[in-house]
Amino acid sequence: MTTTAATERSTDRTAWLRKMLEIRLFEDKVQELFMEGKIQGTTHLCQGQEAVSVGAVGALEDRDYLTITYRGHGHALARGMTMEAAFGELMGLTSGCCNGVGGSMHLTDFSRNLIGAFAIIGPSYSVALGAAMSAKLRGTDDVAMAFCGDGATNIGTFHEALNMASVWKAPVVFVIENNLYGEYSPLRETTPLDDLADRAKAHAMPGVVVDGQDVDAVRDVASTAIARARAGEGPTLIEAKTYRYRGHSRTDPAKYRAEGELERWKERDPIDLLGAQLASDGSLGEDEQRALRDEVQAEVDAAAERAAAAPTLTLEETKAYVYAR
Amino acid sequence: MSTHVEPAQAEAAAGVTELTYREAIRAALEHELEADETVLLMGEDVATAGGVFKTNEGLSDRFGRERVRNTPICENGFLGVALGMAVTGMRPVVEIMFSDFLPTAADAIVNELPKFRFMSGGQCVVPVTVRSIGGATGRFGTQHSATGESWYMGLPGLKVATAGTPASAYGLLRAAIRDDDPVLFFEHKGLYGRKGPVQLGDGGILPIGKAGVLRPGDDVTVLSTLLMADRALTAAEALADDGISAEVVELRWLRPIDYDTIAASVSKTGRLLVVEEQVHAGGWGATVISELTMRGVSMRPAALSLPDDLLVSYSPALEDAILPSIDAIGDRIRSLVEA
Repeated sequence: MTTTAATERSTDRTAWLRKMLEIRLFEDKVQELFMEGKIQGTTHLCQGQEAVSVGAVGALEDRDYLTITYRGHGHALARGMTMEAAFGELMGLTSGCCNGVGGSMHLTDFSRNLIGAFAIIGPSYSVALGAAMSAKLRGTDDVAMAFCGDGATNIGTFHEALNMASVWKAPVVFVIENNLYGEYSPLRETTPLDDLADRAKAHAMPGVVVDGQDVDAVRDVASTAIARARAGEGPTLIEAKTYRYRGHSRTDPAKYRAEGELERWKERDPIDLLGAQLASDGSLGEDEQRALRDEVQAEVDAAAERAAAAPTLTLEETKAYVYAR
Repeated sequence: MSTHVEPAQAEAAAGVTELTYREAIRAALEHELEADETVLLMGEDVATAGGVFKTNEGLSDRFGRERVRNTPICENGFLGVALGMAVTGMRPVVEIMFSDFLPTAADAIVNELPKFRFMSGGQCVVPVTVRSIGGATGRFGTQHSATGESWYMGLPGLKVATAGTPASAYGLLRAAIRDDDPVLFFEHKGLYGRKGPVQLGDGGILPIGKAGVLRPGDDVTVLSTLLMADRALTAAEALADDGISAEVVELRWLRPIDYDTIAASVSKTGRLLVVEEQVHAGGWGATVISELTMRGVSMRPAALSLPDDLLVSYSPALEDAILPSIDAIGDRIRSLVEA
């Protein structure tokens, strides 16, 4: 790296740390609001997986498309959705990105080309492929990125999308967040592979494994795949190996995990890893990092408060959402 | 990109022409592909040899294989692709080769297409037209002969259309493609060779959510779709010689259903016969009878449907026997009127 590039990367890393903290503290706040009854139903939190969201989503241009899943708070925030819009959506209020109609599993923001969040596995891939093909047909070089979890690699739509993307050389980047559990089931109980990137071989596209706790590594792999897609060279399948600290959803205490597994993963916490790096290279000291955390926490609390002040829609108002005409 | 620039060619083609149902479908596709460059046609073999039912003859030559695009065999996958295209500025028309294949894409049809706009809080439109080719008489056997028309009629967010005549095929398909909501559009493969007058051009586009009175009458309302609409019309015309005046209404839209037109007709005739190529339970016929009853329309209702305890066979004689024939429809109309 040249000196200028190194300086730029250092500035980027500070911004990444801030965004990862935002996601972590947002998710923690969601848990708290749940206990207070301000958020209901279910949530699928992503503490521990922040480096994947920030590294991969951050590599996209604004004009590119993104599809995510029900574990999508991190991706949406990484895409620039405001915390107020995200909190509002989880609270079911008009401050939400979908005016509270969608909820936790459907954080969608067309103003940021975040074109869908799916509560059923599979279509995040096929819909992103559609956006990618649309971009291609309209003569742009925009790309699409899609997220799914490890469990989704066993559903037909995943393979259908990979197959079509490869045949059509579509400008799309597929990201698997392998957090080792498909709902409550450990990966190897449902899947005969350790590296899910191997799924790419069957569909004749590059499959890349990356350390999902290392935001730099995720960013680099994503940038390469995006550049490849933009150059018309076709799709890439990225597997980011990561871990979710919480259970699958709100009601899951994750008792099925082996003793010590969570603690071992926390030793490689993505925020701590990046923080240590920034402290050691002198770009952001420990005191500054503490101050940053306090600052983000204050933003999180303020955003939740602002979001909570909004009203709910009436049923009559939601009618306009069912049909365009 | 510009949309709906009416090309000179379509204007020149305007006027009433005698077309087969197949030609009417093709003309609708051609006119929409021509009028709007965001329209595209995709599905299994749609670009090869005019498609399996020859409805797309010459379209891939004229518009190229990017816009008339073959897909792999994966209905749920390519309906997801269509959705992604639709919310990013395209207007895809997807062909499902046999309606029997629709359930393999049930996630897209039930959970994604109708709900997408709603869940986003109205941030997008979903202009996807799903052409689904169904129905018996082709000797295609038990898994290739369903109309499937009522399977997805109970889904807010979706619109469901059926075409029973060449004019309906042309007018409804163009309306579906131009609409900003997802439309499940049913064709009947037993009708492709059937001829009829078609008003080509924008004047032939039919309204969304409106039933069509194919033949006016006073004694009984016969409500039907697809091939049964064609048969009901023939049966009604034959009964005219016997002094029975049957009003034949083509339902056309299963969602939304045009209850006003149906209720007006039945209020006039006092009798309603639904003729459907499906079992009665859980279908549009039962739904219409229920709604009219609740509206207090005074009527004597009857249904001619597929048997509730049988399935469509391959055997030509058995396939013919299970469907309401023109004679059976005529007999049922007569018995209802004379009762």
